[in-house]
Amino acid sequence: MTPHVLTRSLDRSATVFLLIVAGLGVLIPLSNLLLPSGSMFQVPTYLVALFGKYVCYAILALSIDLIWGYCGILSLGHGAFFALGGYAMGMYLMRQIGSRGVYGNPVLPDFMVFLNYPELPWYWYGFDMFWFAALMVLVVPGLLAFCFGWLAFRSRVTGVYLSIITQAMTYALLLAFFRNDFGFGGNNGLTDFKDILGFNVQADGTRAALFILSCLALIVAFLICRAVVTSKLGKVLIAIRDAESRTRFLGYRVESYKLFVFTLSACMAGVAGALYVPQVGIINPGEFAPGNSIEAVIWVAVGGRGTLIGAALGAIVVNYAKTVFTSGPLAPYWLFMLGALFILVTLLLPKGIIGTFNAWYEPWSAKRLNAESAAREDGISEPKPAE
Amino acid sequence: MNAMNTRTTSALLYLDGVHVSFDGFHAINNLSLTLEPGEMRAIIGPNGAGKTTMMDIITGKTKPDEGVVLFDGVTDLTRLDETRIAELGIGRKFQKPTVFESQTIEDNLLLALNVDHSVKGTLFWRGSKPDAERIERVLETIRLKDSRTKLAGSLSHGQKQWLEIGMLLAQDPKLLLVDEPVAGMTDVETHQTAELLKEINKDKTIMVVEHDMTFVRELGVKVTCLHEGTVLAEGSIDQVSTNDRVVEVYLGR
Repeated sequence: MTPHVLTRSLDRSATVFLLIVAGLGVLIPLSNLLLPSGSMFQVPTYLVALFGKYVCYAILALSIDLIWGYCGILSLGHGAFFALGGYAMGMYLMRQIGSRGVYGNPVLPDFMVFLNYPELPWYWYGFDMFWFAALMVLVVPGLLAFCFGWLAFRSRVTGVYLSIITQAMTYALLLAFFRNDFGFGGNNGLTDFKDILGFNVQADGTRAALFILSCLALIVAFLICRAVVTSKLGKVLIAIRDAESRTRFLGYRVESYKLFVFTLSACMAGVAGALYVPQVGIINPGEFAPGNSIEAVIWVAVGGRGTLIGAALGAIVVNYAKTVFTSGPLAPYWLFMLGALFILVTLLLPKGIIGTFNAWYEPWSAKRLNAESAAREDGISEPKPAE
Repeated sequence: MNAMNTRTTSALLYLDGVHVSFDGFHAINNLSLTLEPGEMRAIIGPNGAGKTTMMDIITGKTKPDEGVVLFDGVTDLTRLDETRIAELGIGRKFQKPTVFESQTIEDNLLLALNVDHSVKGTLFWRGSKPDAERIERVLETIRLKDSRTKLAGSLSHGQKQWLEIGMLLAQDPKLLLVDEPVAGMTDVETHQTAELLKEINKDKTIMVVEHDMTFVRELGVKVTCLHEGTVLAEGSIDQVSTNDRVVEVYLGR
């Protein structure tokens, strides 16, 4: 990345956002590890893992905002890419258990022994190596998005129809992963993880490291998104969002642009899922549930579509609210509240939190700038001749 | 001389026996029309005469059921899609001004600029001096230099029409298809648009669809009147406007 790209993609709010993420990425683990437990300022380990989960959701939200906010592709199945990245990581973690499983089989994960698998299925090969699993975290969601997008965008499936088939895609995967003979642990999914790269996944230090990595991934994902949307390609994406056929008549191959950004977004979602799994300790087919993908779209709408920062903020705010409400007496009503939130945001804050803030702040700051420059001009203007 | 052999017409645009029907409605009926390089042609005709459908066929939006559509004598446009046809050098201004409303005027022109339109090319695109100068020139031509950083959505209807013509200029096509450029414009703006098109016509071929007969008269070019998807009359504005059939179906008595 050239310095040119960096300076272009970092405006003031982007810099502030990155500094906050980096600050939290350092402070939260430090407070968790260095301060004595019970201290007022110590962040307990369960919270580190919880915040880590939010950060992963923020990356997923960024990936949705990149395609929905900037290119108008409303994917209601992005949870599928998140879950596939998660499964790739989960497979690595399963292979790391080795003979410490309940059945003590050095090669086969417990569920395979239980289901009488004679040997490891071929698609599990290689997942004992971290580099291979890490590669698959990008390749599997990316490849699915590429094939899916190639078919859909070339046939010019857009709008609601595209949303419906993305929803069907994640539902189909949900059903497939629920099957025991599909080879990914069926209903129970993958769990009981022990180590990651030789470190105990439950240990405070590992949790802190995973949190730092998640923040780092959020920063990198944000920088990639900013670089994309501030390039000329970003302008083409917005053009496609606002007037697709016009863009085509200008000589842009719209389907290639959509395919590029959809695949990139799926890879980002995959990374988010891969970081999510070791922090929550389980991945099961429930992650493919259509509702999850829709919820992720709501985060983006709440935070502000097409702002990137808003997407990340929306993911964190909505999930924090979810944690608070679902752990209290209001738990049974959470889904109603989520629905109400979506309706209220659509009616009252159609631009989301950040979008509304920008709409309010920009004219104000422009006015201030104008006033400043006017004052400067007054200062250097020649004194008026005395009357 | 092989290239000469394959070329069967000197026309830049050649339509012959074109036929399109939508659910039994014959939008274009045995339409034949040629445009010589450097020509400007005005197309008139009542609503539903097939003017816009004809542009859709030329730009690849609609595929004809039968007929020949040749660009530059050799390229069969019926086999290509919109993107490819735009790349060949056919630019289009839509009936309803279609600009990218949430982007600035400058960015609208930048998007139209005929530079590398591949994904990789645009991702790593860096403005060059000639590009900036071209945008500058277009801004000057369409008189929007002072509002270059304004959002295109904030422009008046007439200004949007001009911006769209500006986008055509930035695109630098060989053939410009201009659909109703003066709809919603004041008399002064209409006059300026006629001047602008005449200026552009010095090195481009233009096909312009318009209802405004004063404007068409001002252009002073050959006129084709379409009716029910076929050519009803063709010639100078005076010839066409005195043609009995044209008066009957379009101009009224």
